[in-house]
Amino acid sequence: MSMVLVEKASSLTSEQSHSLLPVLLEYQKKNPCNYISEENVKEIAEKLNLSRSRVYSTASFYSEISLVPRGKHLIRICCNAPCENAGKEAIHRAVKDKLGIDVNETTEDGLFTLEIVNCLGACYMSPAMKIDDQVFGNLTPESAVEIIKKMEQTDEE
Amino acid sequence: MKENIAIRLNGNHITVPSGITIMEAAKRNGIKLPSLCHHPDQRVKANCRVCVVEIEGRKNLVPSCSTVVEEGMSILTNTLRVRETVKTIVELILADHPQECLTCIRNGNCELRQLSDMLGLTVIQAEKKEKRLPLDLSSTALVRDNNKCIKCGRCAEVCHHVQEVGILYSHNRSTDICVSPEYGKSLSEVGCVLCGQCVLSCPVGAIYEKDQTSEVWSALDDKRKHVVVQTAPSIRVSIAEEFNSPPGEISTGKLVGALRALGFDKVFDTDFTADLTIIEEGHELIHRLQNGGVLPMLTSCSPGWINYIEQYYPELLPHVSTCKSPQQMFGPLAKTYYSQLSGIPAEDIFVVSIMPCTAKKHEAQRPEMNDSGYRDVDVALTTRELGRMLRSAGIDFNTLLESEYDDPLGISTGAAAIFGATGGVMEAALRTVYEVVTGKELEEVEFEDVRGMEGIKEAEVDLAGTPVKVAVAHGLAHAKQIMESIKSGENDYTFIEVMCCPGGCIGGGGQPYGSTNAQRQKRIDALYRVDRNMEIRKSHENPAIKKLYEEFLIEPLGEKSHHLLHTSYTNRRVG
Amino acid sequence: MKNSNWIFNTDFDEFIDLDSYVSRGGFSALRKVMSQDSSFIVEELNRAGLRGRGGAAFPTGIKIGMVASASEKERFIICNADEGEPGTFKDRFILTHLPFQLLEGILIAAYAAGAEKGFIYVRHEYPEAQEKIKNAITVAEKAGLFGKNILGGEFSLHLEIFSGAGSYLCGEETALLSSLEGKKGRPRLKPPYPTEAGYLGKPTLINNVETLANIPKIIEKGAEWYRSIGTEDSPGTKLISLSGDVKRRGLYEVPYGTSFHDIVYEYGGGPKDGRKVKAVNIGGASGVLVPSEMLDTLLEYRCCMEKEITIGSGALFVLDDTRDILENVRNRVRFFLHESCGKCTPCREGLRQVNILLEKLNKRTATEEDLDRLDRYTRVMQDASFCGLGQAAGNSLKSSLKYYRDEYMNGCVRYAEEMSA
Repeated sequence: MSMVLVEKASSLTSEQSHSLLPVLLEYQKKNPCNYISEENVKEIAEKLNLSRSRVYSTASFYSEISLVPRGKHLIRICCNAPCENAGKEAIHRAVKDKLGIDVNETTEDGLFTLEIVNCLGACYMSPAMKIDDQVFGNLTPESAVEIIKKMEQTDEE
Repeated sequence: MKENIAIRLNGNHITVPSGITIMEAAKRNGIKLPSLCHHPDQRVKANCRVCVVEIEGRKNLVPSCSTVVEEGMSILTNTLRVRETVKTIVELILADHPQECLTCIRNGNCELRQLSDMLGLTVIQAEKKEKRLPLDLSSTALVRDNNKCIKCGRCAEVCHHVQEVGILYSHNRSTDICVSPEYGKSLSEVGCVLCGQCVLSCPVGAIYEKDQTSEVWSALDDKRKHVVVQTAPSIRVSIAEEFNSPPGEISTGKLVGALRALGFDKVFDTDFTADLTIIEEGHELIHRLQNGGVLPMLTSCSPGWINYIEQYYPELLPHVSTCKSPQQMFGPLAKTYYSQLSGIPAEDIFVVSIMPCTAKKHEAQRPEMNDSGYRDVDVALTTRELGRMLRSAGIDFNTLLESEYDDPLGISTGAAAIFGATGGVMEAALRTVYEVVTGKELEEVEFEDVRGMEGIKEAEVDLAGTPVKVAVAHGLAHAKQIMESIKSGENDYTFIEVMCCPGGCIGGGGQPYGSTNAQRQKRIDALYRVDRNMEIRKSHENPAIKKLYEEFLIEPLGEKSHHLLHTSYTNRRVG
Repeated sequence: MKNSNWIFNTDFDEFIDLDSYVSRGGFSALRKVMSQDSSFIVEELNRAGLRGRGGAAFPTGIKIGMVASASEKERFIICNADEGEPGTFKDRFILTHLPFQLLEGILIAAYAAGAEKGFIYVRHEYPEAQEKIKNAITVAEKAGLFGKNILGGEFSLHLEIFSGAGSYLCGEETALLSSLEGKKGRPRLKPPYPTEAGYLGKPTLINNVETLANIPKIIEKGAEWYRSIGTEDSPGTKLISLSGDVKRRGLYEVPYGTSFHDIVYEYGGGPKDGRKVKAVNIGGASGVLVPSEMLDTLLEYRCCMEKEITIGSGALFVLDDTRDILENVRNRVRFFLHESCGKCTPCREGLRQVNILLEKLNKRTATEEDLDRLDRYTRVMQDASFCGLGQAAGNSLKSSLKYYRDEYMNGCVRYAEEMSA
C-alpha cells in the first residue's frame, strides 16, 4: 500500500520528499495505534529517500502527528481563550474524571486518548471539543460526559 | 562586475558593491557585527538574531546576515535600541546555556563566550533553565552535550547538506527544540561516520572529540614505555593555528620540536607510511588492472569514508583498496620493523598518532587493527588535542627550536605530504603508477586537474597506451554521487580517490576551529609548497621505503605486506 | 441584528450548493473574465481596493499582478485555508457553506495570475471543511467549471487539497510553503517573496480564503459597487468572528467603517446579564487588547493603525467586567509558546521567559523589576523575531501593559501587600 500512497500524495511535483507530510498523515491513519512508529519512520525514509532524522524532524514538528501510540478515539478539548472563558476547565475536569486519565494519556482499554488542541474554529459555540473528526460545541460538563458515554456504547455494539 | 551603491553606515556615507549583505558591508568598513548562526560556508539561517541592526524608516530591526544593502539605505549598528536588543538576545541564549565555561572544552575558543565578552554582558536576569541531559558518550570519537546546544543549526546543516549523512537535525518545536539524531538516539546507534564536521561547525561546546590526552600523558610518564609519535601530513600546516598563527603556515620543524619537548621518545612521520601506501596501493591497482580485478578501485585512507561505505554502500566494498591507511600501516611497522631495528620489545612501544581527524580514533580502535600482535596504534589524538597538551605543558610553540623527524620512519617525499589535500593521494599514486607501468620518467609531476576545492574532479592519464580515467571526490555528498554512479554503471573510472572531509584531511574534523573553506584552501596551498620544497617528490624514490622492502617487507603485496599492511572491511549497513 | 449579506451569505443553517450558487449569479464573474484579457481582473481588483484578509492586508490586485508578470511560466496558486488564529472561524464557514464561491474566486485569481496548478492548504483541525471542498471540486468538475478546459476554453486548473498537520505557524505563507514541500513548517527568509520564488521556487500566488471568496462579487458587480460599501480607505466588508461575552456570538459580514462599539452592541447584542465590556481582543491571539473606552474606533485600516490596533483575521473576542486580563494574556502566551517553531532566539527564549514572568505574576510573586523585564523581552520579541509569529506574540501583552497596568501591579509582591494593608 505504501508505495502507491507515496505516488498518490501529490502529482504536482516529481520530488518525492515533498509528499512527506501527506505520507506521514496517511501512515498515521493506517496505524492501528494512531501514531507514527519507529518502523514507520524507517520505511518512509527509505521510500522517500530522506534521512530518518529528517522524517522524524517533520513528524515531531506537527502537533497532529503523534510519535507515541494512542487510543482508538482522540478527544481534543480546545484550550484557547474563547473556550477557556466559556468554562473549558470544568469540561476538562469532567472528561478527565470520566476517563480516569490525564492529558496525553490513553485509557486502559485503548479506546480514548485525551489531548488539548488549539482553536477548532467553533468559538461561536464554545466551549468546544472534537472527538475524532466531529466537533461538539456549547458543552457542559454533563453533556461532554454524555457524548463520551454514547461513544463507548456504540463501540461495544 | 557588480556596480557600487551608496549607503550610510552609522551616519557615514560609504560606497559598497551592490548585492552584499549588511554584515559584509559593515565588515568591509571596519565594523565586525556580532554573529553566531552565521557561517561563511553555509546558507544564511538568520536564526540567532544577534546580528540585528536598525535601518532608518523600517519598523523592526533586521538581521544583517540576511539583509542585502540597498541604494540610500541608512544603517545604524550601535544605537541604544540595537545594543539593548542584541544584549537581551545573548542574555536569553545564556539563560538556556549551562554556566560551566571555566571547565568547558571550548573555554578559550567559544564563540558564545567571545560574544558575551564583546558585548560586555555582566548579568543574566533571565530565568535559567535547569537541564541535565545525559552526555552521549556512545561513540569512539565524539561526545555530544546537548545541554550546551544553542540551536544555531550549523551542525545539522553540515551533516545534511555538506556530508549528506543526515544524522543530526533539529526536532520538535518551540522550547522543546533539540538538535540530535531521531528519537534522541546516541551517535553509535544511527550510522554516524564520526567525521567530526559537526564539531568544526559548532560555535560552542555541544559536540566535541573524545579527549584522550590523559592516556598519552600517562604513557609519557611511564618509564617502561617507549612512546613514539607519528604526525599526519596535514598537521604541519595547521597546528600553528592552535597558537594564533594565520592558516597556511608551514611549521614542520616546530611541530617536531614541540613533540620532543613533550617527551616523546621518537618523533616519526605518517608521511613515511603515506609513501608506503602509495607503493602498496599502486601495485594493487596495477594488479587489479592486469588481472581483471574489481574496478574502479576506491582509496581507503580516510576512516570517515570507510565508516560511510561500510554503513551506506556495503555492496561496493569490493571496490575499496585493501590497503590500510597510513596511520594503520605505521602502527604495526612500529611494533615489528622498528622494534627489530631498535631492539625495543613491541610490548613496550606505545604508538601515538597526531591526526586531523576524529574518525581516526575509531580506526585505531577497530578490533582487527592488531596485526602486530598488539594494539597497532594505541592512541590517536586530534590536532586540537595536541594543541591542548602543548598549552597545558606551557610550551610556547611560537618560540620553539625547530627539530627534524627521526630515522627511519621519519623520512618521506613530497608525494606523501600532499596526502593531506583532496586529490593528493591520487596525484601521489599517479606519480608512482605511471613510472612503474611505463618504465619512463614522469616529466610533469604536478597533476593540476585533480587539485582544488571542486567537489568532484576528473583526469585522464595515458598509461603506456592505455587511457585511464580517474576521479577525486571530497565531502561525502560528492562521494555519494560517485557511489550512485558506480551502482548505476554509468561511470568508467578506473581509480577514484575519496576523502571524507571537504578539502581533504586539512579540513578534517580534528583540525583547529574556524576551518572555513578559505582557511582550508590556505592549508592546501601550504601542503603543495611543502611538496615543491622536497628533494624527492615520488613515493617509490623514498630511500627509507626502498630499504624497508629490502630489509623487511621483501615485495609490495607480498606475504608480510598482506599480513601487516592490508585489511578487510565489514558490511555494517545501518539497520 | 444587522446583517445585509453584501458578499457573503453568513447563515449557518444554509449550504449553498452549485445550483443555488449559480441561481444567485454564481460563475457569471468567471464567464465575464474569460471573455477578456486577464489584466482586466488585476485592474478591477486594484480599482476596488481589495486587500488581503489573512492579516497582512496586502493589496490583492498588486499581488496577483506580480505573479502574472513573472518571467517564469510555471506558476502556482495556493489558497491559504490554514485558519489558525484563535477566535476565527470565517474561513471554516466559507469552506463548509460557500465552497463554490471560493472555487470561483480561486479560478479567477488563477486565471489572472496564469497559474494552472495549485493547492488549498486546509488545516488538519477542519476535516469537515476538507471533505466539503473536495466534494465541491468534484461537482464543479462534472459541470465543466473546474479542472481541464474550464467552460470549454483553454484554461485549466489542477487543484489539490493539502492537509496541514497541526501548526499555527503554517498560516504564515513561507512556513506554509515549507510545509507543502514536506518540511517542518518554519518560515523562510524574505526576499525572495512567494510571488517571485514560492512553491518549488516558482512564482506563487498565496491568498487567504476570504480574500479569494471576495473576488467573484467584485468582478460580477464591479469595482464601483464594491467601493460603495465601506470607506474610502477600506472599501468592502470584513467577516468578523465574534465570540466571548456577548449575547449573540457568531459570524458577521461588517462593512468597513463600522465602529467596534457597534459590532459588539449592534451585531453582538452587547454583554450578557447587564455586565459591562472590559476589553475587546481584536485580531485573535496575535491581536491587541482594547479597553472599552476605545471602542469608538472604526473597523478601518487607517483608523486602526493610528491606534495600534491590528484587524488581523477579524476575530473579536469580548471580555466583560468579571474577567481577568492577565488570565487572558497568559492563555495567549501559552498558545504562542506551544506554536513557536523554535527557530529564532527572541521568539523561542523570549516566550519562555515571558511565560515564567506571567506565572510569577499569577502567583503574586513578581517584582516591579519583573515588569521591566516583561516589557524588555516583549520589545525584543517584536523587534527581532524572524517572522510575524514572534513579532506579534507579545501584542496582547504589550497592549495590556499599557491599558491595564494596575492588574499587572496586582501581581507584584510589594504592591499587593500594600494594597491589602
